[in-house]
Amino acid sequence: MKLKLHVNGKKKSVEVPPMKRLLDTLREELALTGTKEGCGEGECGACTVLVDGTAVNACLVPTCQVDGCDVQTVEGIARGGGKQAARLHRLQRAFLEHGAAQCGICTPGMLMAALALPKHAALDEIRAGLAGNLCRCTGYMKIYDAVAQFLDGERP
Amino acid sequence: MAKAVGHNVPRAEGREKVTGEARYVDDLTFPGMLHGRTVRSTIARGRILSVELDPQFDWSGFTVVDHKDIPGKNVVAMIVDDQPLLAVDRVRHQAEPIALLAHADRARLAEGLAHVHVRYEAEPAQLDFESASQVLKEIAIRRGDVDAVFARPGVTVVEGTYRTGAQEQLYIECNGVVALPGAANPDDGGISVHGSMQCPYYVVRALCVLTGLPREKVRVVQTTTGGGFGGKEEYPSLIAGHAVLLARKSGRPVKMMYERHEDLVATTKRHPSIVRHRTALAKDGTILGIDVDLRLDGGAYITLSPVVLSRAAIHATGPYRAEAVRIRGRVMMTNTPPNGAFRGFGAPQSQFAAEVHMDRIAGELGLDPIALRKKNLFRTGDVTATGQVLKDSVAAHEVLDRALARHELAVRAHNKKMRAHNKKERAHNEDGATQRGTGIALFFHGSGFTGGGEVKLASKAGLALTKGGVQLLVGSTEIGQGTRTMHAQIVAETLGIPYERVETADPDTARVPDSGPTVASRTCMVVGKILQRAAEKLRAELGDYDDERGFVKRARRLLADRGTVEIIEEYQKPGDIVWSDETYEGDAYGAYAWGCNVADVEIDPITYQARCTQFTTAIDIGKAIHPILAEGQIEGGTLQGIGWALYEDVVMRDGKMQNASLTNYIIPTTLDTPPIAVEIIEHPYANGPFGAKGVGECPIDGPAAALVNAIRAATGKRLDAIPATPERIMKAIA
Repeated sequence: MKLKLHVNGKKKSVEVPPMKRLLDTLREELALTGTKEGCGEGECGACTVLVDGTAVNACLVPTCQVDGCDVQTVEGIARGGGKQAARLHRLQRAFLEHGAAQCGICTPGMLMAALALPKHAALDEIRAGLAGNLCRCTGYMKIYDAVAQFLDGERP
Repeated sequence: MAKAVGHNVPRAEGREKVTGEARYVDDLTFPGMLHGRTVRSTIARGRILSVELDPQFDWSGFTVVDHKDIPGKNVVAMIVDDQPLLAVDRVRHQAEPIALLAHADRARLAEGLAHVHVRYEAEPAQLDFESASQVLKEIAIRRGDVDAVFARPGVTVVEGTYRTGAQEQLYIECNGVVALPGAANPDDGGISVHGSMQCPYYVVRALCVLTGLPREKVRVVQTTTGGGFGGKEEYPSLIAGHAVLLARKSGRPVKMMYERHEDLVATTKRHPSIVRHRTALAKDGTILGIDVDLRLDGGAYITLSPVVLSRAAIHATGPYRAEAVRIRGRVMMTNTPPNGAFRGFGAPQSQFAAEVHMDRIAGELGLDPIALRKKNLFRTGDVTATGQVLKDSVAAHEVLDRALARHELAVRAHNKKMRAHNKKERAHNEDGATQRGTGIALFFHGSGFTGGGEVKLASKAGLALTKGGVQLLVGSTEIGQGTRTMHAQIVAETLGIPYERVETADPDTARVPDSGPTVASRTCMVVGKILQRAAEKLRAELGDYDDERGFVKRARRLLADRGTVEIIEEYQKPGDIVWSDETYEGDAYGAYAWGCNVADVEIDPITYQARCTQFTTAIDIGKAIHPILAEGQIEGGTLQGIGWALYEDVVMRDGKMQNASLTNYIIPTTLDTPPIAVEIIEHPYANGPFGAKGVGECPIDGPAAALVNAIRAATGKRLDAIPATPERIMKAIA
């Protein structure tokens, strides 16, 4: 089935079985391997991407469901499209500064989930908003620090 | 000038991890690559009668491997060669590998897997380790005359038995490797493996034994690794062996990437334990004698169990002195998947028992739990169970005092915030039905390999001079903990150059020396020290320089003179360490990290769910080379300990994990995680780089006991087993 997606601001056309997981379409058809698989059943959030601005688990979404949608992945966060020379997004810089990425496997999903948080989120809202993203390394404290700094910066 | 050690420099491999550019094993593809899967046993014990490929099924495009395809020895070479890489005529546990399939198409591969039929003659299986009789390993530690101390008049004896369950490491990236024909090039008859792992040189050794290839024909490259926690210490040797067999038979690259269910069912876990304590006490609470019987569930094969047992036994007293100590430790054989390395390596189990037992002693003697601990805690000059005199860097009292002070501050701040922000929540919390309590736990953790282990390892690490700086040649792996960054800081500081001038060679066994495994809280203290010595030597060879420019000038001159400049140093045993493997006496570890936890818990009166509301951990690590990374280790280890204590329940039936998915094997989410206050204490160790000791494991030794002691304080009921699930708490209260 031929499907049209807007991925990280670019038009993409893919020929895939309609029920192919969005996760596999991104990784295998579009070579966007930044989106990770941790469990394949929507529990760990490592595959979180934004579909029309909403955080979803790409392992639970059939590709046909995002036909015509705007899909944003970790590769699209940095200005310049994730190339080495690209300037990092403030959230990415906050993750580096606070040590919020250790092994890094949950980081792409964690970043995407954080981007979907409301701008003035308090700590409790951050915790609730990231509850679908498992991290086994950090104990989450450094992730809160990074996300809070990013969201605070959003304040007028 | 350097400003490296003690500063929060940018993480070496940080950028690629936040942009999605970091390449984990599943992100790699190679031309012509096949995918591999494993045919596994579906019974716990029995004879294999036949393995049959369904003749009706189209097997074209498949590569099939069984034990007959193994060119060398059919073992997973580790400590004892008891575990076959592929079962021959019997299976000893569920999910034991029997045969392997590879195919270019993953969907087709899954179909093929369903068309392999194994027939068995089942035999009775020993599934429960408490009633098991076959001992895989036994250790005895003795100091003084325990029986005489217990028989002394006026002595009070307190007994207790404590149990802990299995725990899955649950790295978010499952185990996986890609094997390719050829070491340096595809036709050289060798083999290469790229994979997620902690110990590339363990894999090299296992593959040499398996294939019969010489060392130079086996190349192992660690890919960016999505968490290890011990779960990628010995297991990669097995999965790499499987992928190599398929790659050699098919002549093509083969990727074996476990899915979560398979990873949970088949790979190693933390050893379940049962620990019985008998303690002889004077009336004032002075501990006179400690008698411990400790058993671990080893599973069907030995893997690393002997060393896990060793660490468990040595730490079994907790950080307390006694005139006489007797520790008997055994690993029991069962027909369950083998248990193996997991952060803490036995010490969390034995110290859980020790610290819950301390609260029992306090209760039975009517003493204050903190006063009881203070009376018996190790001080400099005290002697451990193995007869080690603690000479320096003993911080047991300090971590206790600092943890208590910090916890009070944290609770006060939290209450203030609650009042300000959330009056409704407070009203709910003060309705009287919710039970609350505070618990503490003290613990210690030896850094590096036990006893003579480091001498046997003889680890190597070094430096290569580059035009603008130096390159680290080290086989220690970056698995999220910050190895690359911390090693670069140590070298930069020693050379007096900016951190940015230090880079790390790829973790490829064709390039870097064997720095020993990345385990046992040894990568900073032991390998970091080797690198520091290499940097000192390099500095001496470069001659005098005052600043960065001077270094660069001298480096260029030396390179021009010699072409290449590489300095490889080997582990040197500090002179004052003495150990006997025969009697289990002496200096078990060069240095210990010390810790204290304070936990506040509330129990929901309706669901019996225990929830931790505030957690404080004070840890002495000698020196925080990178404070943010060190805190990250402490916070992460603490939360894994909280998960083990309250949520993580490996449910076994017929020898197989029943809840093998993230839907019902529960690890803590953000909402389960209390605020964790971290207090780092720096009591320098003379033989560590800049005073540093190990940090990775110590933090996980205490949380379970602190939480269970808090539950007891909240409910008044004893709970001697974890995980402290609502069911267990309900039973204890009712």
